Amino acid sequence: MATAATVDTKWWGGGRSPFNVEYGKLMMWYFLMSDAFTFGAFLISYGTIRFSQNYWPDPNHVFNAFPFAGHANLPLAFVSLMTFILIISSVTMVLAVHAGHHMDRKGVIKWMAWTIVGGIAFLGCQAWEWTHLITGHHAVMIDGQIQEIGTTVSRNPWGAVIPGVLHDGEAVSKTGPVAFGGYFFGITGFHGFHVLSGVVINIIMLAMTINGAFDKRGHYQMIEKAGLYWHFVDLVWVFVFLCFYLI
Amino acid sequence: MDHSSNTHSPEVTFHHAPAGDEHVKKIIRTTVILSVITLIELALGFGIYFIHQSPDYSHALVLFIKGVIVILSLLKAFYIVGVFMHLGDEVRNLIMTIVVPLLLFVWFIAAFLWEGNSWLNLRNTDAGSRPYPEKQIVAPKDAKKPGVE
Repeated sequence: MATAATVDTKWWGGGRSPFNVEYGKLMMWYFLMSDAFTFGAFLISYGTIRFSQNYWPDPNHVFNAFPFAGHANLPLAFVSLMTFILIISSVTMVLAVHAGHHMDRKGVIKWMAWTIVGGIAFLGCQAWEWTHLITGHHAVMIDGQIQEIGTTVSRNPWGAVIPGVLHDGEAVSKTGPVAFGGYFFGITGFHGFHVLSGVVINIIMLAMTINGAFDKRGHYQMIEKAGLYWHFVDLVWVFVFLCFYLI
Repeated sequence: MDHSSNTHSPEVTFHHAPAGDEHVKKIIRTTVILSVITLIELALGFGIYFIHQSPDYSHALVLFIKGVIVILSLLKAFYIVGVFMHLGDEVRNLIMTIVVPLLLFVWFIAAFLWEGNSWLNLRNTDAGSRPYPEKQIVAPKDAKKPGVE
């Protein structure tokens, strides 16, 4: 058993790495840990501002649209799709790493390709969602006048509904806290940028695999490192999903 | 023993034996677990949505459901890091250098949410110069439904 060997090994006796992983992989772990603090700082800052407000928009009302579904009220539906896309692409990535352990080039190529497809699908979903939020206008009362505004980093139409005031059959709201858009676009944008760079890294890994670079080296450790990064992107999404859409 | 020779890296003292089909089964099992947890989270999210719809909704119940969702998310994080990122299979030294620093998050979250709440109190009392107003809980209403208060 692999674990039995660790018991007798003097990890801190010198002459060997106490972490038993190759340098690049260890540094990937430490990079991801520091990145976790970056994302954590963003999300905690969002939580602080949200706690300091008397009113905060309900995600079930803000995120209730689905492509080609018109004005149907479908809370959580689209973001569930995005979440499952990311979980599945994480699974195909583990399978690519697994194929790499067995020096199975064809398997790595197949699973990496699916992972890239998943990443691009996620980015497409996010592009649609941003577009929908920015261009989807809602009636808001600003300085006694009804205006139609979208959600941006400086404007938020998701305030409390003003009773009895209608505009084209739609209820009119007050403006919501400005910080909402800034945090939403900032944090999902930073996450989306990680997905984008993950897709680029995965495409490079796929090209190297097709060229047989890892067979020449005798190991597929680069796939493992790219995999760590990709899973981290999925991990961050768990918390973005939690903080912006669920609670 | 699987002390295979160090074919490619002097940092690696021993290699894990290449995992076989049982590992694929573990991946599939973890996928199912993650999907089921996500479905439960979504069901709870819808639960909050329907609780908000009702005129006399309980804040305590919504907070409790949100707490459950947070715990379920931490469980998902545990499975992703432990199984998909294989941290569970690494030596203890590596696990500890990753996990122990993350404990700072406990204080980080507690301190800043406390700060946010204190900010709310200062805002509502003009920095303590007037009594806290009658707590007004503004329930987010469905903007699509005209005429709803």
